[in-house]
Amino acid sequence: MSRIPMPDPSLVRGLTRRRMDRRDALRISGLAALGAALSACGVKGKGSPAASAPAADAVAKYWTGKTGNGKLTFANWPLYMDPKHPELQKFTAATGVQVKYEEVIQEMGPWFAKVQPQLAAGQDIGYDLMVITNGIQFKQFVQSGFLAPLDHSRLPNYAKNADPAYAKEAFDPGNAYTIPWTSGMTGIAYDPKKVNRPITKLADLWDPAFKGKVGMFSDTQELGNFGMLALGIDPATSTPADWKKAAAKLKEQKQQGILRNYYDQSYVDALGKGEVWITQAWSGDIFQKNVSDGANLKFVIPEDGGTIWTDNFAIPVTAKNPVDALKLMDFFYQVDIAASLAEYINYVCPVPDAKEQIKKDAAAASGADKASLEAVAKSPLVFPTADDYARLHYYRDFATAAEQQEYQSIFEPIVLG
Amino acid sequence: MLRRRLAPYLLVLPGGLWLLLFFVVPMVTMLSLSLQEGDVVTGYVFTGHWQTYADAIVNYRTQLVRSLAYGAVTTLILIVLAFPVAYWIAFYAGRRKATYLFLLLLPFFVSFVLRTISWRQILTDDGMVLGPLKHLGLLSSSAHVLGTPAAVIGGLVYNFLPFMVLPIYVALERIDPRVVEAARDLYADPATAFRKVIFPLALPGVFAGVLMTFVPASSDYVNSAVLGSSSTTMIGQVIQSQYLTSSNYPTASALSFTLMAVLLIGVFAYARALGTEDVMKVAAR
Repeated sequence: MSRIPMPDPSLVRGLTRRRMDRRDALRISGLAALGAALSACGVKGKGSPAASAPAADAVAKYWTGKTGNGKLTFANWPLYMDPKHPELQKFTAATGVQVKYEEVIQEMGPWFAKVQPQLAAGQDIGYDLMVITNGIQFKQFVQSGFLAPLDHSRLPNYAKNADPAYAKEAFDPGNAYTIPWTSGMTGIAYDPKKVNRPITKLADLWDPAFKGKVGMFSDTQELGNFGMLALGIDPATSTPADWKKAAAKLKEQKQQGILRNYYDQSYVDALGKGEVWITQAWSGDIFQKNVSDGANLKFVIPEDGGTIWTDNFAIPVTAKNPVDALKLMDFFYQVDIAASLAEYINYVCPVPDAKEQIKKDAAAASGADKASLEAVAKSPLVFPTADDYARLHYYRDFATAAEQQEYQSIFEPIVLG
Repeated sequence: MLRRRLAPYLLVLPGGLWLLLFFVVPMVTMLSLSLQEGDVVTGYVFTGHWQTYADAIVNYRTQLVRSLAYGAVTTLILIVLAFPVAYWIAFYAGRRKATYLFLLLLPFFVSFVLRTISWRQILTDDGMVLGPLKHLGLLSSSAHVLGTPAAVIGGLVYNFLPFMVLPIYVALERIDPRVVEAARDLYADPATAFRKVIFPLALPGVFAGVLMTFVPASSDYVNSAVLGSSSTTMIGQVIQSQYLTSSNYPTASALSFTLMAVLLIGVFAYARALGTEDVMKVAAR
């Protein structure tokens, strides 16, 4: 789930992503020893899913004896930081730790598929820190035992500055494995030049007036969530029966020709080019598109509900430089650093005090910068109000792999038409 | 003596090993994977579960049939487009043959994916082609090309054109002009000479062209992903999604295997119908 105007992720992967090397491919296709008989090879997993919470001594066991190495490699989504990486420069200046920053994550599913074989084999994936979204693959990472349990005694800034609400996240209670990078909302975006009435509710995505001009997300969780919300079902507590109802509702939208296509990151581009007039959207994207292209797109959280998600820092259990990674995680919870990041990416900031900092920055700035910083500090997309939160729903947290698969099997055929 | 008997085997060894390593091993692995059950967290275990094939084919028959249909239509259009081009270059381009072939290949120095994205820019709803037409009122404001089967097939045709032109060109280029002269001397009019002499001699080229375009066009997923919509999904997209989004390796492998089987059967049936005894021999030309 990235949120920056990008072409179709399948393309971007082809362009930017390191091609899977042969070793990866062999492992993915079953860790086959050469010439192994058919039955001799299986895809290695954990054997049995791990409990969601780490054992009491897991933190001590993992961190004891680990020391900093003065370097780390950080895997993040594209355009999720100022390209000049000012925060990382400050980090290196303050700690001496060198950071290699790579924008290699385009989608959660493929990212998990890419690193799973190495992690299952207990090998280093080449990254000490990564940003993963809550959702299906998040659970797979946790259940497979792929994430290092966090030593909170080494996260003083987090303890001091993070919004306490994050400790209660259903997908990672008590932040056992992750702390947030940023959060965002899924709502509706539209082009007011084409849509001549204000959009307020989910039903607008099913309005025949926009026939062939409606976009939805191809991510099955995002898609399913809106199907459910449109029927008044809370995704977080939904059941398989609800999923089927939502699937029927979504099929209706497709069969009546109201839907134009299911999009990944490319929806922003499609919206800008008039391909869709109204679409499911991620909050920060629209803000950034308006700033960068001078577009005048609108983003709304529907009255009847939108969703909120969190992208999270996580350390792969096989990381070579976990201590340095943890240090960087904590660094992003310094108020000034959190503010600096939010000023650029315009997603929900996990540090409430950053708001004051941004206001101070605005006071010190002038001209266009001043106006834009003031807008960020006031933006409900960066600092949502209690009212906004009341309309935002959480993702369904799948308890078992079987449940995930059942969910996928209901929604995936819709996307793959 | 012994050395002479071993020589052919030694010669075939590097290629043979290559095939074993990068074709047979992945194939066996894929077959194995398609017969496993489990999930990505607990791991997949071989159970010989053939039902995966039945389920995959039933669930994704629409996309399978669509892919083959798009592949076939693309190939037919390619023959119609490529033959005249190849014919002209082979017989009328004179000294400039190499230049024209180079021009034909020139766009292909740019990445396949980039070129496909460019078509997206060109054909988009308010883009440089449709935008002005809509502005003039010649098209309704909701008219679009992207997302339709025509856009996907158009993209496939564009992307695979050289793979049809080149083999046909090679076949035509090899025709001895004296054979055509002989036909004319024997009172064949140009059309008859083409029908009875040139076209049959060019057939192996067409055959190779079909092999080189039908298979990749049917299994392509980039064109459909970029230019199509959820109603033009091809089987390659389904496989990609099963592998990378759902981590459902057995279904993805079963679909890959099915696609390959269907394509191989199709190719061999085509070879028989054409009366070619040895597919590889023709393909190798």
